[in-house]
Amino acid sequence: MTDTTRQALQQQLIGLHVNGEDHEVLTEPRRTLVDVLRHDLRLTGTHVGCEHGICGACTVLLDGSPVRACLMFAAQAEGSEIRTVESLAPGRELSDLQQAFSEHHGLQCGFCTPGFLMLAEGFLAERPEASKEEIREVVASNLCRCTGYQSIVEAIDDCATSRRAALRHRIEGTGEDEEAPCSSATRSR
Amino acid sequence: MTAPPPRTPAEGAWIGASVGRREDPRLLTGRGRFTDDLELPGMLHAQFVRSTVAHATVTSLDLSQVRRVPGVVAAFSAEDLGLADITARLGRPLTEFVPTGMPVLARDRVRYAGEPLAVVIARDAYAAEDGLEAAKVTYETRTPVTSEEQALAPDAPLVHDEAAANTLLDVSMFATEGIDATFDEAPCVVHVETRTGRQNALPLETRGVVASWDHREDQLLLQTSTQVPHQVRTTAARCLGLDERAVRVVVPDMGGGFGQKCVVGREEIAVGAAAMRLERPVKWIEDRKDALSAAFLAREQHYDVRAAFDEEGRILGLDASIVCDMGAYSCYPFTAGIEPLMASAEMPGVYKVPAYRVRARAVTTNKAPTAPYRGVSRPQYVMVMERLFERAARELGLGPTDIRRRNLITEFPYTGVNNVTYDPGSYLESLNLCESSLREEGWYEMKEKAEGEGRHIGIGYSCFSERTGYGSAAFAQRKMEVVPGFDISEARMDTSGALVVTTGTMSHGQSHETTLAQIAADELGLDIAQVRIHQGDTDRITYGWGTFASRSVAIGGSAVRLAAGKLGEKLKVIAASVLETPAEDLELGQGLVRRPRDGRAVTYRELADIAYLKAHLLPKDVEPGLTATASFDALGDGTFSNATHGVVVELHEGTGQVEILRYVCVEDCGVAINPKVVEGQTRGGIAQGIAGALFEQVTYDEQGAPSAVSFMEYKVPTALEIPEVTVHHLETPCAFTETGAKGVGEGGTIGAPAAVLNAVNDALLPTGVELDDTPVTPETVAGALERMR
Repeated sequence: MTDTTRQALQQQLIGLHVNGEDHEVLTEPRRTLVDVLRHDLRLTGTHVGCEHGICGACTVLLDGSPVRACLMFAAQAEGSEIRTVESLAPGRELSDLQQAFSEHHGLQCGFCTPGFLMLAEGFLAERPEASKEEIREVVASNLCRCTGYQSIVEAIDDCATSRRAALRHRIEGTGEDEEAPCSSATRSR
Repeated sequence: MTAPPPRTPAEGAWIGASVGRREDPRLLTGRGRFTDDLELPGMLHAQFVRSTVAHATVTSLDLSQVRRVPGVVAAFSAEDLGLADITARLGRPLTEFVPTGMPVLARDRVRYAGEPLAVVIARDAYAAEDGLEAAKVTYETRTPVTSEEQALAPDAPLVHDEAAANTLLDVSMFATEGIDATFDEAPCVVHVETRTGRQNALPLETRGVVASWDHREDQLLLQTSTQVPHQVRTTAARCLGLDERAVRVVVPDMGGGFGQKCVVGREEIAVGAAAMRLERPVKWIEDRKDALSAAFLAREQHYDVRAAFDEEGRILGLDASIVCDMGAYSCYPFTAGIEPLMASAEMPGVYKVPAYRVRARAVTTNKAPTAPYRGVSRPQYVMVMERLFERAARELGLGPTDIRRRNLITEFPYTGVNNVTYDPGSYLESLNLCESSLREEGWYEMKEKAEGEGRHIGIGYSCFSERTGYGSAAFAQRKMEVVPGFDISEARMDTSGALVVTTGTMSHGQSHETTLAQIAADELGLDIAQVRIHQGDTDRITYGWGTFASRSVAIGGSAVRLAAGKLGEKLKVIAASVLETPAEDLELGQGLVRRPRDGRAVTYRELADIAYLKAHLLPKDVEPGLTATASFDALGDGTFSNATHGVVVELHEGTGQVEILRYVCVEDCGVAINPKVVEGQTRGGIAQGIAGALFEQVTYDEQGAPSAVSFMEYKVPTALEIPEVTVHHLETPCAFTETGAKGVGEGGTIGAPAAVLNAVNDALLPTGVELDDTPVTPETVAGALERMR
């Protein structure tokens, strides 16, 4: 043992912007982003499956792009916008992506699920027009031991299709803009 | 007990419907609560000092430097903790089975690389790992035993001194009279020798536990990721010298198990002991390296089998030798006999085999110990049987499906040469439907056309059954000292009319919170929203055997239905006094007890109000409260699900890649409580079967070092390797489970390796090469194709 390991390990103060909130964390420089998210910020929705960047259970969005939170030090995420699974449905309703996973039985034990959700959220934002084959290739970035992947691919594809249809509807549906304020007014009453 | 007639899905509102899962909302929003999500005040973190060598005498273990590492709070060796061994036993003579103890922490001897020697407790997991590096262990190494051949060789070093020839189990069974003459006289005898790779069940959530001493309850609380909470409680109490009531096991959300977590882990006990010593909560989360190299593995088996056939392709006899490499220790409660006993008892499978002889052995080696893994031996023996039929078909000039049709069991109940009685199934129907699906889709023409173009396409099948719903009678036949089988449920209705049903089974992805609620909701005519399932808490649940062997819906689901039904009877008795009508004239449904004659009814809520809050209104002899307990045990040999898998593969020259072009599964699990869940279980199982057939393996070098310590070496298939699977459901309801359901957890994994291997061999037919070992590697395939050039 060298003397350095006997000294109390140095801590540093870092600032993280997670799910729209600012946090200050006093932490050892060696702590990974996923450990700080889970154990310091208590955002336990993000999971740890391998700690070497292969399984993808720890996938979060960093400035919109999916990253492995086990392969980064928390300090490296300073100044970035971080999104975790907890951001997908801030209210009581599931998001369309989460809903699609449930409808297609895209999860069983649910341990890998937050990683797949964030992977899909980031990917569909970047490539809303993705084909099912492209989705399958992206799904191959992460590991799932329960589903055999088919229902995950179908869930993401279904969500992408619905989002495209909704977008087309908004662009093409001329009557939609006139009705929308009316219906939201009705709801608000 | 006379069971009510099984329901068909059409009659029940919830059973048979693909109800959305109750589990989903929390798991999709990150609000699940897995073991590593738990945080207790003052909690410490554990990691294990593990042996770096496969076989040695430990000459010294010095933890003094560990205790000086910043952040380390304590370090304990076996000597410090003084715990009793975990010993699994069979009620068999020493000539058949040798019991061996598994120490919670290794003492003077280590038997595999990765074996825990000491536990380091620190303020966080990082500091605990710092502590590991400061441990000083000296070894006097012994020659490691790293293969089944070496284990059985004369003068082999002994892994356990008490187990001669490194043999933990050696049974010879059945030996039908005249079997030698049958083989001597048979016109066709085929031989298959198969070796299957050592695999990791690989739940994505590794093993883990949070242990804490509860001063108020005077009780150790183990919150642990296990499929068998009560067995962990029993073992922990025995190892720690506590009354069993002084241990409570609670299971958080589980990230899979697949069998690896259906045995008691020594780390669970060691962490419990440390928490008691320190009077502080301690968490242990296994890291992936340990999960790959030191957790329970499975599946490494060697079959040497002959089968005799007549000219028409009817099987006349089966003669099998099976050796299973069980690694360093016997797992609790199943023992190292689990794989060979399963294989030998059930190998004839779905075929009418008139003569059978088998010798099955479990050998111990210096590798990580094994546990039952999804399918337990059936993926292997089904593969061997299906290879035997394919080989006989080739020799006799028969079609591969024709020879199977001539041998499949078609009349039920059928009592086989293995003394097992099979309940009705759709063995022939599933094969016919599977084959016609592939024919109608044009795969046979495609294969022919591709051959002309120099491509290598093959079609393969597997036919099999899967015994599910083993009752205690079936487990007793294995002579387990601890005999699993029954399940107990308690149904409790509260004053608001909502229902809680307990189960001794333990869902780890199988959707029991949904499917068991469907069963209870149907039985009492409730909305599923009014039903909660409680599982995984030894203080809430009297006793249970957890989830393994596809038992949960067949056995656990039956107990749930019986308990709910019994509660329904009590509701009727109370309603009888309110409605002034004999209970037998009343009906349950839609949250009401109703008199059909005039429609007069009383709500469950009103009845609950009487049962709890106005007990003076209860009829004489009716006790207050609305609870009912019932148990279920499958008598006899249990029930058999069945399936046929059909696979089309293309082999690629150069890379040796096996590409799966089409996968069709026709399964029959009896009544499907939730068809979407059945499909999910089937597809997920098939993915694990494909993984075993083509990708995953842990090998060991001569020093006993495991090859796979990360996902770089242990090749888990992704969405690019696992194909889409079409699942067809046939339904032969089970006559004696309460819902008509059989079981579906393991079937996919059982059938896939055989179908894939047969398809590969079909594609290799022109090369003259036949492959019988798994995993089939790209190198092997490329080499075989090379020979044809």
